[in-house]
Amino acid sequence: MSTVTPMQTHDAVTPLAVERLRADFPIFARPMNGKRLVFLDNAASAQKPEAVIRAIDECYGEYYANIHRGVYQLSQRSTQAYEAVRGKVRALLNGADDREVVFVRGATEAINLVAHSYVRPRLGPGDEILITGMEHHSNIVPWQLLCEETGATLVVSPITDKGEVDVEDFRSRLTARTKFVSIVHVSNALGTVNPVQEMIAAAHEFGVAVLVDGAQSVPHLSVDVAELDCDFYCFSGHKIYGPSGVGVLWGRLDLLREMRPYQGGGEMIRYVTFERSEFAEPPQRFEAGTPNIAGVVGLGAAIDYVCAIGTERIAAHEHALLEYATARLGEVEGVRIIGTATAKAGVISFLMGRVHPHDIGTVLDLEGVAIRAGHHCAQPVMQRYGIPATARASFGLYNTYDDVDVLVRALDKVRELFI
Amino acid sequence: MSDLRDLYQEVILDHNKHPRNFRSVEPHSHQANGYNPLCGDRVTIQLSVEGGVIAQIGFQGDGCAISTASASLMTEALEGRTVEEAQALFDRFHDLVTRDDAYPEAALGKIAVLAGVRDYPMRVKCATLAWHTLHAALAEKDEVSTE
Repeated sequence: MSTVTPMQTHDAVTPLAVERLRADFPIFARPMNGKRLVFLDNAASAQKPEAVIRAIDECYGEYYANIHRGVYQLSQRSTQAYEAVRGKVRALLNGADDREVVFVRGATEAINLVAHSYVRPRLGPGDEILITGMEHHSNIVPWQLLCEETGATLVVSPITDKGEVDVEDFRSRLTARTKFVSIVHVSNALGTVNPVQEMIAAAHEFGVAVLVDGAQSVPHLSVDVAELDCDFYCFSGHKIYGPSGVGVLWGRLDLLREMRPYQGGGEMIRYVTFERSEFAEPPQRFEAGTPNIAGVVGLGAAIDYVCAIGTERIAAHEHALLEYATARLGEVEGVRIIGTATAKAGVISFLMGRVHPHDIGTVLDLEGVAIRAGHHCAQPVMQRYGIPATARASFGLYNTYDDVDVLVRALDKVRELFI
Repeated sequence: MSDLRDLYQEVILDHNKHPRNFRSVEPHSHQANGYNPLCGDRVTIQLSVEGGVIAQIGFQGDGCAISTASASLMTEALEGRTVEEAQALFDRFHDLVTRDDAYPEAALGKIAVLAGVRDYPMRVKCATLAWHTLHAALAEKDEVSTE
């Protein structure tokens, strides 16, 4: 599945179930400014269920040791717990082989890894890298650095007024000079779900490999790398209810095998002399040094948690919230929604009259509502719409219709003060 | 956490809706652009200083209520003051919005209404952006960032 799950084909998570799920997250037991916490900044980072917190706690408290090298039992248990998560990630993404799963610090590091190890050796003056006009800074800056270094050019396919990729324009920018394509699956600033499958197929016609930035799509959508036919896919643990500082690069095994290491160090070698080193096979080749062991274990617990609920059910629930919030915000005088794509995930960027998003954010905070205000690390998107910033509400599996109502009521306070 | 009205006092809301000295100053002897990369707020301050006295001061830009009101109140407070007085006021103002033990001195006048931002650490830079930009203009630097 690469698109938002249609409501009619799946059961939405009922409000009652959401209340039960909320009880899994200790943070919701704490009031915010004396009020019920309404957390609507899930696109930035999601809250953690007890199962994830407990898994990290158990790792450190019951079986922690460094992985891969120890011959003692603790090290074996740690190694097993760490390595078992590769299988969970593979299943989550419908990959073919556990060795395709590389643990990194997050989606940002995954993109930098691909830029360094796959793209850089293939890039020369006059070559091009193609991205879209709605990329996060993490899918712009690594390519700019690489282009600066190699004399290549970063080509951007602009977005439409609705905040969609113009697939015809995207196609027209693919040429014999294009050496790599890196595209966002779901825009963090606009919520747009891109037709990545179609874009990947277009790039493959030119023999160009494609990385899909899935930081905003896992687990808000069901992702199937086999169906997408992408070459690389990445996401961050902290956005799927797991810990920060851990993420995943999924890559086709044949490509990973031919790639040079990203960092040199322990764990990533087969044999070292002062003259030269032989590198380990993927994924170890890309995991130099002691990794974030407990973080990976926590990521595994987060994947178990979302899979037990079902990513399609989560997508359906968030889509229902998106539709409800879009309608409710549309009724608020002066609200203008930025990003009105036909296919959207649970992200709503909006403006309210001439009120600055930071003032909206502060007023909402005092009502117990956490939203994001700013450029969302997507300044070119803001430039596209000629605005400095937006307010953004983004949904997670624990949000309710009531959360949307509280948001809308809190916007009345914004109006009282500033309009 | 304090009440919303402790932060957004009437004077601030008024200066946000109706900023004073929101204009360019031509000719000017000093100018600087300020930028807060955290929120994208931008402000340009222009002044004409004659014989060590700020004869005219104006600001332009785009920002939140706190940064707009702070810039507006600052220009109102500084017209007719000496450059030394402006620097001293900046120091006092900076203390007011960053130090818990600071109290609104009479010398601060109306700009003391911004004292509430010290309960909102993420917003302190909004209140000080115009002042840092003024400081840069007087030091003959073209640009300042609150980073």
